Amino acid sequence: MSALLTVDDLRITFPTRQGPSEVVRGVTFTLGRERLGIVGESGSGKSQTGRAILGLTPAPGKATAKVLDFDGTDLRAATPAMWRKLRGTRMSMVMQDPKFSLNPVMTIGKQLLEALKFGAGETRAEATARALAMLEAVQIRDPERVFRAYPHELSGGMGQRAMIAMMLVTEPDLLIADEPTSALDVTVQVEVLRILDRLVRERGMGLIFISHDLRLVSSFCDRVLVMYAGRVVEELKASELKQARHPYTRGLMNCLPQIEGGVRPLPTLERDAAWAR
Amino acid sequence: MGALMLSVEALDVTFRRGDDTVRAVRGVSFDVAEGESFGIVGESGSGKSTVLRAICGLAPTSGGLIRLRDETLRTPRSAAFYREVQMVFQDPYASLHPRHTIDKVLSEPLAIHGFDRREERIEQALSDVGLGPDFRFRYPHQLSGGQRQRVAVARALILEPEMLLLDEPTSALDASIQAEVLNLLDRLRTERGLTYVMVSHDLAVVAHMCDRLVVMQHGLAVEELTREALAAHRATTDYTKKLLSASEGYTQAEAP
Ligand SMILES: Nc1ncnc2c1ncn2[C@@H]1O[C@H](COP(=O)(O)OP(=O)(O)OP(=O)(O)O)[C@@H](O)[C@H]1O
Ligand SMILES: Nc1ncnc2c1ncn2[C@@H]1O[C@H](COP(=O)(O)OP(=O)(O)OP(=O)(O)O)[C@@H](O)[C@H]1O
Ligand SMILES: [Mg+2]
Ligand SMILES: [Mg+2]
Repeated sequence: MSALLTVDDLRITFPTRQGPSEVVRGVTFTLGRERLGIVGESGSGKSQTGRAILGLTPAPGKATAKVLDFDGTDLRAATPAMWRKLRGTRMSMVMQDPKFSLNPVMTIGKQLLEALKFGAGETRAEATARALAMLEAVQIRDPERVFRAYPHELSGGMGQRAMIAMMLVTEPDLLIADEPTSALDVTVQVEVLRILDRLVRERGMGLIFISHDLRLVSSFCDRVLVMYAGRVVEELKASELKQARHPYTRGLMNCLPQIEGGVRPLPTLERDAAWAR
Repeated sequence: MGALMLSVEALDVTFRRGDDTVRAVRGVSFDVAEGESFGIVGESGSGKSTVLRAICGLAPTSGGLIRLRDETLRTPRSAAFYREVQMVFQDPYASLHPRHTIDKVLSEPLAIHGFDRREERIEQALSDVGLGPDFRFRYPHQLSGGQRQRVAVARALILEPEMLLLDEPTSALDASIQAEVLNLLDRLRTERGLTYVMVSHDLAVVAHMCDRLVVMQHGLAVEELTREALAAHRATTDYTKKLLSASEGYTQAEAP
């Protein structure tokens, strides 16, 4: 399988009061037309890695890499015009804070129509029908009302699904989904995952699925990268998450509460300073 | 069980704009005893956050009564209410002022409510949620999603309230940090006799943290369960049964 995305030695640095802080330190991986999960500690650099691939590292942060290649395009040399062509058409990202990424003063419907780039031989009515169908597909119960609503009028999970709908109407080749289902109850979550699954299997989309939900990642993804303190500390087959080698990954499973009841207090991790080296 | 702390009786919340009417909460009732931890789970959009916001006086209540101890709450809520009851909002980004440093986010409520030893309390609150002193002078946009969520928890705890309303307080945390935050909440409840109302879509988190819970769907409370009933998968409504079975993970086999 030829790689859709190649990332070699990605580094991201922010200036801070204590001097420059390297929050991503040499991340390397390739992505085919598959479901790649990224799990890792809060603050380990998952979201910043995703943003850097789309050239969205927030100033004054700086991202560098030896290779950053998307389907033959060197992203390090991409001009603003090239980014406009890539983003929102060939590559998309569902951000971790959906309500923050949505435009607060524009209705969901208007934002969806903008994402659809309607006008290219499509009437307004046709585009609207397509947008409503996508809202319905992500299990929104009253798509017409949500189409007319502003972001603050939606629940947490509805905002998240509106954002997913917006990224999917463009049918990208690469989708980076940052905690896309963290606000969804499990029954809705399953339906949203099915849509992503179908896009990978039927259309050959490449999916980077950032999540802290271990059960979900191990059952949904093909491969998993585990991040800790800015580095990839382990790469595994998703189905073999239980046979992880790194002590961070191994410890994670124990920390999970159980529906059937378990120990109190919950086990926590003894972090070794050597893990962050 | 202790005395009654919170009583929600036949709560109705309706949002109206133009021709759109959303009956977000329809006749929801539940009681929470002092020192108890009560859970709310349910479908996305079923009205869970709206119930918490209504308790804080932040939703257009169109019917029903909310009592704290023996007192029926008035809108707007008094300053004393916010000293006693704190809420962690589902969306930490929206609830943290973008131009305030974390230091300001934490010190302002302390100043308003006349707390002493502010320095010490701020450092303690940050370390309680696993954030070092480096984070103190950052702005919200300079944090990761989970770090922001932990600041929101720290801000609610720093006022030492008697009741906490927690809306998905660990949804952005990895398992190791989630365990630390849940243990912290658990310990505070035992030590200080706090009362919690906690919304989560993670049934395991609710089973671990809550003595009783209510399941919501389409604005209705469809089922009330004890922790034991949940642990034994003894649900009576179809929706709750579906929630329990979907909690096992994603299965490719069951095609639509
Ligand atoms: N503007 C900034 N200045 C300094 N540090 C920053 C800035 N933005 C992010 N960081 C730091 O970069 C690190 C990586 O952040 P990132 O958002 O990628 O984490 P994450 O793995 O997505 O975590 P989470 O699971 O909590 O969302 C964090 O420790 C964060 O505090
Ligand atoms: N300000 C508002 N104006 C109009 N409708 C609103 C407003 N706030 C919430 N709603 C609607 O009320 C309903 C319940 O929303 P709520 O946020 O309580 O759901 P929730 O159970 O917390 O869902 P989630 O799990 O997705 O966070 C939704 O249909 C939502 O669109
Ligand atoms: Mg993140
Ligand atoms: Mg909510």
